[in-house]
Amino acid sequence: MVKETKNIICIGCPMGCPLTVEIEDGKIKSITGYTCKRGEEYAKKEVTNPRRTVTSIVPVVAGELDMVSVKTKTDIPKNKIKDCMLALKNLKVDAPIDIGDVIIENVCETGVPIIATKAVKRR
Amino acid sequence: MINHDIVIIGGGPAGLAAAISCYENGNQDIIILERDNSLGGILNQCIHNGFGLHTFKEELTGPEYAARYVAKVQSLGIDYRLNTMVIDISKDKVVSSINETDGLMQIQAKAIILTMGCRERSRGALNIPGYRPAGIFSAGTAQRYVNIEGYMPGRQIVILGSGDIGLIMARRLTLEGALVKMVCEIMPYSGGLKRNIVQCLDDYNIPLRLNHTVTKIFGKERVTGVMVSEVDAFRQPIPSTEEYVECDTLLLSVGLIPENELSRKAEVAINQKTQGPEVDESLSTSIPGIFAAGNVLHVHDLVDYVSMEAALAGKNAVKYVQGLLKTGLSIVIESKNGVRYTVPGTINPDNAEDITVVRFRTSDVYRDAYLSVYLDDERVMHLKKRILTPGEMEQIVIPKKWFAERPNLKKITIMVEKE
Repeated sequence: MVKETKNIICIGCPMGCPLTVEIEDGKIKSITGYTCKRGEEYAKKEVTNPRRTVTSIVPVVAGELDMVSVKTKTDIPKNKIKDCMLALKNLKVDAPIDIGDVIIENVCETGVPIIATKAVKRR
Repeated sequence: MINHDIVIIGGGPAGLAAAISCYENGNQDIIILERDNSLGGILNQCIHNGFGLHTFKEELTGPEYAARYVAKVQSLGIDYRLNTMVIDISKDKVVSSINETDGLMQIQAKAIILTMGCRERSRGALNIPGYRPAGIFSAGTAQRYVNIEGYMPGRQIVILGSGDIGLIMARRLTLEGALVKMVCEIMPYSGGLKRNIVQCLDDYNIPLRLNHTVTKIFGKERVTGVMVSEVDAFRQPIPSTEEYVECDTLLLSVGLIPENELSRKAEVAINQKTQGPEVDESLSTSIPGIFAAGNVLHVHDLVDYVSMEAALAGKNAVKYVQGLLKTGLSIVIESKNGVRYTVPGTINPDNAEDITVVRFRTSDVYRDAYLSVYLDDERVMHLKKRILTPGEMEQIVIPKKWFAERPNLKKITIMVEKE
């Protein structure tokens, strides 16, 4: 039996309740420290499947701006953030670019594309 | 002299929302003057997500949020000038500006909406001893370098102040390969949103040192390190706690100040607490016909509220031009016991909408306290709050019917109560 305790801080509201999640063999055994329903839900999601939206920039060739801002279209698993940043490294895109244009189809096998969040006209 | 009904100073989120609101409320003779080379203001460099949850029910990045408003302004055909610096506003509502094509331009306005936003507090305001080496940036300047220009300001970074921009930049610089050694906060609590502390610091194991500040900056040509000290209850550094931290960059995220040089030129009365104009329920300043909204008025946490506030200013500017804004006795809103200020500061019941949103910040952290509203001596609202913190703006809603029910009402008091 593998026991693990995770301490996280709830982001549901400014209270920032310190939550403790006990995990046994990959399953949540108990959640303590929350003071509302949202805290419990947050703890479950944060422990079993933490996800984040990643945002960054990519250099633009022949654009009116030098950089275009980009994001993962939806959130991706938290442990893929670093790989996602590496995938964006050394990448360049050609202007023109529109908001929503796909920059990388399926970043790091997450099934999530990276899209532009700014329009850049051709210089 | 050119004539326009409504001149909007600044094309950031507040200016854009104000312009759209003016148009939709029936006045199309509007012009936006923007000093940068594009509309959208500071949102253009806020490439992180989390904008627009209230307005669009989805999480957008800053540029996406701005683009929606810019598209609307353009589709309505609202006039705007870029690269145009407003240099003066007179109390007679003459707006003087300069740009490369029009030269000096003077516009006689019937109404003006101030939407200039805010500025970051700089090193000069902090009195940190040391030389003036390269490597000291405000967090927003660093954000511009990284996100717009594509430059890294440094490799080993200490951040002073835990405002949201500092937290966002701690994550951003980490993702770009820098080592963010710590975030120091002189107060016993962070001024940033809880979500940013978790997702920008905790996610990357960046320590947040509460009750700590930077007491000296080392380096002559370039920053080589900083002295970090713990502070006592009076925010004075404790000498025995000094710790040298090697770094090449110091970011300052130590507060935002509404930018009111122009407002002062027009002799608009400034509130000492917010450093923004004194306004009434219509967001009219002390000078009739000059309105203010967004961060020029008081610094907001969420752009959604900036947009809402600016839409109200736009609507009332149109009313003013039509001569529909009433003058008369106003009810004063007094902020007391832990409520630092309120926006608006007065309400004229004749002009009040069905509901008046009053926004404010508390001066300290309160747990399990009550937010109370008194109409003269009668307590009409008593809301239990699990937490109140200066880092999160609060609001209460005042229904118009309260005024109808109490024709002799003189004063509204908003305060924090223990029970």
